[in-house]
Amino acid sequence: MKKILVSGKVQGIVLKSEKSINFLGTVDKKTGIISDKNHDLFEKSIKDTIFVFPSGVGSSVGAYTIYSIKSNNTAPLAMICKKADLTVATGCALANIPLITISDEEFSSIKNGMNLSLDTDSSNLIHYQ
Amino acid sequence: MELTREEESALKGEQGEVMQTAYRILVATGEATDAEKLIPIEWAHLAGVNYNTIGDAGEELLSGISKDARVKVKTTLNPMGFDIDNVSKYGLDENFISKQLSIKNSYETMGVIPSFSCIPYEIFDIPKDGTQVAFAESNAAIHVNSYDNLKTNKESAFSALASALTGKSPYSSLRKEDTPNVTIRMKVKDPNELTYGMLGFFAGKVGDTSVNIFGLGDMDKRQCKAMCGGMGTSGTCAKFLFGEGDSDCEKVDFDEKEMQTVHDELNTAEKGDIITLGSPQLGLEEISDLAGKLKGRSFKKRCMIFTPRTIKEQAKKIGYTNELERAGCEILSDCCTCLTPLINKDDVDAVTTNSIKGAFYLKNSTGVDVNLKSLSQIIEDETR
Repeated sequence: MKKILVSGKVQGIVLKSEKSINFLGTVDKKTGIISDKNHDLFEKSIKDTIFVFPSGVGSSVGAYTIYSIKSNNTAPLAMICKKADLTVATGCALANIPLITISDEEFSSIKNGMNLSLDTDSSNLIHYQ
Repeated sequence: MELTREEESALKGEQGEVMQTAYRILVATGEATDAEKLIPIEWAHLAGVNYNTIGDAGEELLSGISKDARVKVKTTLNPMGFDIDNVSKYGLDENFISKQLSIKNSYETMGVIPSFSCIPYEIFDIPKDGTQVAFAESNAAIHVNSYDNLKTNKESAFSALASALTGKSPYSSLRKEDTPNVTIRMKVKDPNELTYGMLGFFAGKVGDTSVNIFGLGDMDKRQCKAMCGGMGTSGTCAKFLFGEGDSDCEKVDFDEKEMQTVHDELNTAEKGDIITLGSPQLGLEEISDLAGKLKGRSFKKRCMIFTPRTIKEQAKKIGYTNELERAGCEILSDCCTCLTPLINKDDVDAVTTNSIKGAFYLKNSTGVDVNLKSLSQIIEDETR
């Protein structure tokens, strides 16, 4: 379902995962690099990307990881999820990282490496470049 | 989401910057969970205490907030990085200690009860059935929703903090009557606490906000906690309902094969250099049981035991701590297996534990290998 959780306007390159993320323990808070060997984005950095993933999972403290990567300038430009969980929603709210949720169909249509812009004031929300 | 005039004013910043941030967090939480309004809560339990998990950014944030913000309801606190009584024995760096003490001080200044425990449901009185609370710490949220008849979201560290500062939380689906769309049928025979931890981990991956569990026998406290800890680690699920569910519920089996998959994901070593017990922290019942099991036996290697300070004090009076220390246990309060700097990959290659929650964070955050064993197996293999 389409929802705007944290508003904003950004443009960037998509980094997409089909796997959910436990921010605590999976994302390095200094570098923004995925450290979970079982994750399909292992050793990739989420810094300055439009980070597209199904949902956040796991520890409630993951919200601090999101706030930390923002403070360390290693955060994504925006996040797009299928389902908003509280860790990601509140982490993004405090860190002021734009966050929206989209339908399953639209989620499938976004591909890794796409250049897209997100504008929560526009009726389409997502514009493909 | 509908806000009252006072809530709107806070969101606009008319009650200061901290209240504005708190309400922004509550509104994002409400949007995420389809809540139509905010409701009062009676108890908040906060996560985000260990300097290892919140870092410099978190320490500075809390220090700023504590300058003028105070909690409005009873608020309790998750574990921090070390036990303040014996931190000097562990050679932690000065920076960690001073930042951790600053975090502790910020929470105390805000009026938070310094309980440093991930099992608030075992060390505080449980309010009457149906009471609305706001619990971060995933195992505790799941435990109070499933076993203690309280109602909470699986709060994030920030939504619980915002609820502590405002006394409110969004009226999300989990606070109403929630009907799971999946039933997990427990098929594994003769389960121990490790089995229940794996079942929880599996359930957390399958379920959405809540899940039915069918086919459970009688469970002791250790097994219930293991299941809540496992589920909190892997998913967004925040409640077990015990039963088969409606006939249109999707049915998923948890059998030997599913269990093996979880085991293979988390068990990465044949043996550990040290043993940790307590993730979630051990309660008095578990301490008493452990002291009984260790009669006349001693650990062959280091065994760290994590328990809340209040439990440690009770255990001391009864004589359990003497018995455990005689058997070679190090008893630690205020901290827990997950992300404590007391376990360091420079000194330790692999850890033996019976906790699925502990295993996940030891492997992914601490960066050590994990050897999973049930408590009875640990006592058989690792003591003499």
